[in-house]
Amino acid sequence: MSSQPQTSTNTEPRSRNNVGLAQMLLVPLALLISILVGRWSLGVMKDAEAPRLLVVGVALLVGVFGIWIAYWLCNELLNLIPSETLREKIRPIIFVGPALALLIIYLVYPTVMTAYYSVLDKNSEAFVGLDNYTFAFKNRTIQIALRNNLYWIVGVTTFSVVGGLIMAVLFDKVRYESVAKSMIFLPMIISFVGAGVIWRFMYASNPPGVGLLNAFIGNFDYKPVAWLINKSVNNISLIVIMIWLQTGFCLVILSAALKAIPADIIDAARVDGAGELDIFWRIIIPSLKTTILTVVTTVVIAVLKVFDIVFVMTNGNYETEVIANRMFTEFFRNQNYGLSSALTMILVIAVLPVMIINVRNARRQRG
Amino acid sequence: MRIQRFFSRSFVHFAVITIAFLWTLPTVGVLVSSFRPENDVKTSGWWNALKHPFEESVWTFKNYSDVINANGIGEAFVNTLVVTIPATILPITVAAFAAYAFAWMKFPGRDWLFAMVIGLMVVPLQVALIPILRLYTQTGIAGTFLGLWLAHTGFGLPLAIYLLYNYISQLPADLIESAKIDGASDFTAFMKIVLPLSTPAIASFAIFQFLWIWNDLLVSLVFLGTNKVLTVKLSELTGSLGNKWHLLTAGAFVSMVVPLAVFFALQRYFVRGLLAGSVKG
Repeated sequence: MSSQPQTSTNTEPRSRNNVGLAQMLLVPLALLISILVGRWSLGVMKDAEAPRLLVVGVALLVGVFGIWIAYWLCNELLNLIPSETLREKIRPIIFVGPALALLIIYLVYPTVMTAYYSVLDKNSEAFVGLDNYTFAFKNRTIQIALRNNLYWIVGVTTFSVVGGLIMAVLFDKVRYESVAKSMIFLPMIISFVGAGVIWRFMYASNPPGVGLLNAFIGNFDYKPVAWLINKSVNNISLIVIMIWLQTGFCLVILSAALKAIPADIIDAARVDGAGELDIFWRIIIPSLKTTILTVVTTVVIAVLKVFDIVFVMTNGNYETEVIANRMFTEFFRNQNYGLSSALTMILVIAVLPVMIINVRNARRQRG
Repeated sequence: MRIQRFFSRSFVHFAVITIAFLWTLPTVGVLVSSFRPENDVKTSGWWNALKHPFEESVWTFKNYSDVINANGIGEAFVNTLVVTIPATILPITVAAFAAYAFAWMKFPGRDWLFAMVIGLMVVPLQVALIPILRLYTQTGIAGTFLGLWLAHTGFGLPLAIYLLYNYISQLPADLIESAKIDGASDFTAFMKIVLPLSTPAIASFAIFQFLWIWNDLLVSLVFLGTNKVLTVKLSELTGSLGNKWHLLTAGAFVSMVVPLAVFFALQRYFVRGLLAGSVKG
């Protein structure tokens, strides 16, 4: 924020004050052509009969270049306005306008609407007050979902953050650190669905002999376990998948923060006779406090919305339901828009504190 | 002292190698399985293949050719590309213009609008599903690629603006001011100076957004109807082909090829992106 563009100077070049005749003609022409091309390509993309390759080609061209042409055209159109003060007043609208419009359409408006739908009935027709919420908290499946979300938050956050921290410290001591780190955060680039397939082979109990975990415990004469169906372990089985995916994230962030601790502090402690454990508890942990907090917040938010893993592994059966999956089922399968919206609002309320803290911090930094 | 040191060093090596090995094991298992014949996959654990790794009958490419051609994974791959490329470029473009405006232009309500952007970063995208689907049905873009790109753009924007703003606002003020004194408009300053200098930040976010969309299931499931992307197709296979384990493995790996390539080629930017903005909604 240190400097602002100068909006009224006499160094303004002549070419922008006197709009050339060519510009006067070309810009509207370009605008006309773009509108026609835009309309035509929209038609192609909506047309179910159009040849696939054409649709794909048009889609890529419009999606990749269209946006740049649109910004350029708007800017050129603006330059046609003779008054400079007016021009420079409007210009920020071209820059932030599209972003704000998208944010309002895709996030602000839907949040308001979801809150509204959550107090309407199943078909969003009649006002029902807080009935959807009271139903949600009394319904057995949803109670289980709420309980499971809590398990997920505690389980995933604890293990991935603590695991990430221990790994960060351990990996820091070896020369092949970067390779080891890559191996831990490779799962992060795999989709939840892909991870689901991968873990199916870990947990398989049927067909027999295929699942690694059952083969492993078989060595100790344990009977095969139905890891995804047996109610005493299935939630843990699913949570482990998320831990497997998230630990890499925690490791990367914590490891970067660890390396930022000045080496002489640790060396000085060593010279004074501090053991590795003392260093860990008295130097590393206190220095990483804020980073740990950030990582915890991020993981909690990610876990709160967990959907894909449950959707592909059990679809919430055998008491493995979570809120986001229930929300999807009520919306997509049962078409109960009231209840579904109420469930979404529970998630929104849960992230509200983080939102407020983020906004506060950002304003403080800028102020 | 020296002996103690030796033991603690060995312990560290042992721990690191064990952890890395265990973490990779599930993925390796499926990779190995994907090259095994159907019957083997269904009757014995994948580690059995490693007992006779040089016997030809143990390995096959059939799972891949089957899943790509007969089960529509090939088509889903193309769809995923068509979704992902524009849905990565659109938010970057829109966010870059906005980030420039927030950093270097003066307009009423700027600070409030920026606070709104920060606040929206953590809003769960679930809120958008019902209202946007209704909106799309009314306007007739339900089920089109365009609808999906715009949805992904909207959801990715808060983080994109935040990351790019952090970078663009730190560029030296002199650069932009002197360009203006030389008669450059904001548009020219943005295109010729700010954008080229912001490549590292743009690359970080691009990778992030690319992987996020490539791997997304929920948004595509809701907004994309018949043109199925890889994740949707794969999740269907998990259900309908519950007993075709051999196809699932190959399908999973086809869906991972591009993310893996991106990851290995651009790991540096990926890590930087993670470090720059760790709160995503």
